[in-house]
Amino acid sequence: MKRFIGFIKKEFYHIFRDRRSLFILFGMPIAQILLFGFAITNEINNVDIAILNTSKDTTTEEIINRIAASKYFSIKQMVTREADIASVFEKGNVKAVLNFERNFSKNLIKENKATIQIITDATDPNTANTITNYVNAILQHYQKELNKDVHVAYQIIPQTRMVYNPELKSVYMFVPGVMTIILMLVSAMMTSISITREKELGTMEILLVSPLKPFQVIIGKVIPYIFLSIINAIVIVMLSIFILNMPIQGSLLLLGLESVLFIITSLALGILISTISATQQTAMMISLMGLMLPVILLSGFIFPISSMPMPLQILSNIIPAKWFIIILKAIMLKGVGLEFIWKETLILLGMTVFFIALSVKKYKIRLE
Amino acid sequence: MGISVTNISKSYKNAKALQDISFEVKPNELFGIIGPDGAGKTTLFRILTTLLFPDQGTATVAGFDVVKDYKKIRNSVGYMPGKFSLYHDLTVEENLNFFATIFGTTIEENYNLIKDIYIQIEPFKDRRAGKLSGGMKQKLALSCALIHKPKVLFLDEPTTGVDPVSRKEFWEMLKRLQQKGITILVSTPYMDEAALCDRVALIQDGKILQIDTPEAIVKHYPTSLYNVRSTNMYQLITSLKTYEHHHSVYPFGEFVHYTDTRSDFNPEDLKVYLESKTLSDIQIERTEATIEDSFMELST
Repeated sequence: MKRFIGFIKKEFYHIFRDRRSLFILFGMPIAQILLFGFAITNEINNVDIAILNTSKDTTTEEIINRIAASKYFSIKQMVTREADIASVFEKGNVKAVLNFERNFSKNLIKENKATIQIITDATDPNTANTITNYVNAILQHYQKELNKDVHVAYQIIPQTRMVYNPELKSVYMFVPGVMTIILMLVSAMMTSISITREKELGTMEILLVSPLKPFQVIIGKVIPYIFLSIINAIVIVMLSIFILNMPIQGSLLLLGLESVLFIITSLALGILISTISATQQTAMMISLMGLMLPVILLSGFIFPISSMPMPLQILSNIIPAKWFIIILKAIMLKGVGLEFIWKETLILLGMTVFFIALSVKKYKIRLE
Repeated sequence: MGISVTNISKSYKNAKALQDISFEVKPNELFGIIGPDGAGKTTLFRILTTLLFPDQGTATVAGFDVVKDYKKIRNSVGYMPGKFSLYHDLTVEENLNFFATIFGTTIEENYNLIKDIYIQIEPFKDRRAGKLSGGMKQKLALSCALIHKPKVLFLDEPTTGVDPVSRKEFWEMLKRLQQKGITILVSTPYMDEAALCDRVALIQDGKILQIDTPEAIVKHYPTSLYNVRSTNMYQLITSLKTYEHHHSVYPFGEFVHYTDTRSDFNPEDLKVYLESKTLSDIQIERTEATIEDSFMELST
């Protein structure tokens, strides 16, 4: 046991003396959370638009006022001729142009209908879509007010309610994803690098020719990173709660335990990577390419799994991050307990046991 | 409690690293494995320290089989691999402390054994190992390998990359360790270090050329060896190599070591020949063979 503690002490020396890695270790989660929380977002705010209003009557003015009053749009310029629309887009100043037809008000009263054209810059399809939806919503709202005294014979009124994230905040989606990526990266990459570093330095040879047992070496490597990852997880959750105002609906204890499980899964993966790579470079490449990409692309973090082609959907099942993100979302946003996520937890647990068994089997007590 | 190697062979994918190697190291002996880079020295050390399996043959270290009893060997040997395997970001003292701890001992317990060596680097004990000079790294690595009082000490090219003064000191330290009852197996590519061992094995291309005391190896040098010297070294060598009776020609410091095929060789004949090749200031004199000459002779 004294040997083991000596080994862990040595690992902490390594970690705390490598200032650069330490900075990455703790700087990365903060930077990522803040980036995803503030800079990278699906919501639109203050989008610049232009308006072509040839009618200039009370109805169009009313609509324009409403659009200008919403926080989503700011009216950048007024276009006077239809021919100018193209050049406005080309300059790239605005994302959308609203074109009211001639005699808008008159048509509305006389023929009971009037048209407004919404032209959007679809170089960014998501934004274009969102803009269209928002304008539609404003128009419909206005229309309803116009019709409030009129009795319409047949009417279907959809009542939508967005649950768990009523304000559709993208932060709610990013936090679980970022937390997953960071825990995976810190745990898997850092352990695999620290084990391969011993191989590269030649100190692994001495450790092998010592009474330390292989599992002691591995566990000794892993324990410091479990600590660091737990600290990281706490930092992320704190940042989410206090800076991004993300409420954690479920039990913090359950969240903590599930995080520890996922950290161990990632560490086991890191050990596995270190058994198949001889240098720190390879270990880093495998961790980045083999873990980061699938986690970003296939875990449901950014792209919904249900809209992927079938083969990718099946493939996504073997990615531990997918299950952890489901668990995180369930605890953070839905506030459910273990009774609803036991299946995902069990899958993660199974994967962990599998990875550990595999790496113990692959860990060489000799050099070949 | 020595080392016994019987018919060990080891191949990598397409290279034979060791071919049918056998030798004995007696308890408390300082045994040298002498050979150039790529001769198979490191492979042999790794088999004996249980890091590699031999393809064929058996070996025992301190009475334990290297395959079956590898755990017991790992408890009772000290190993210093080719590169000084230290943690560069740990200080001298932390390195030593770490190796003491994983072997279940303390610096104080065996300080006596490493005292001579460690005392020289103790003034720098708070310095990171990565910032030490080659000679100091070597001393620290040796201290780390010794801290658990091993019965057998394996040193794989311990003097490579170390300045001549430190090399000399290092061999003196080995001699002192030997007096404390430790069996030492040391490998080196430097022929001059061979003379400091009790016995040596000359090894090349995975085969042992000869095993004997350094004195006996030199004594068994088959022919007479001559130092030849002239003002133009390059021309001297090319001229000697075209001489019809030449047996071997090797540059050796400021001289060329020359042997002749004839048993009744007269140096005057050679001098006449060299003068005809327009060489001047020619000196030819008998000299004693060194381990290097024996090695060259055996390996051709």
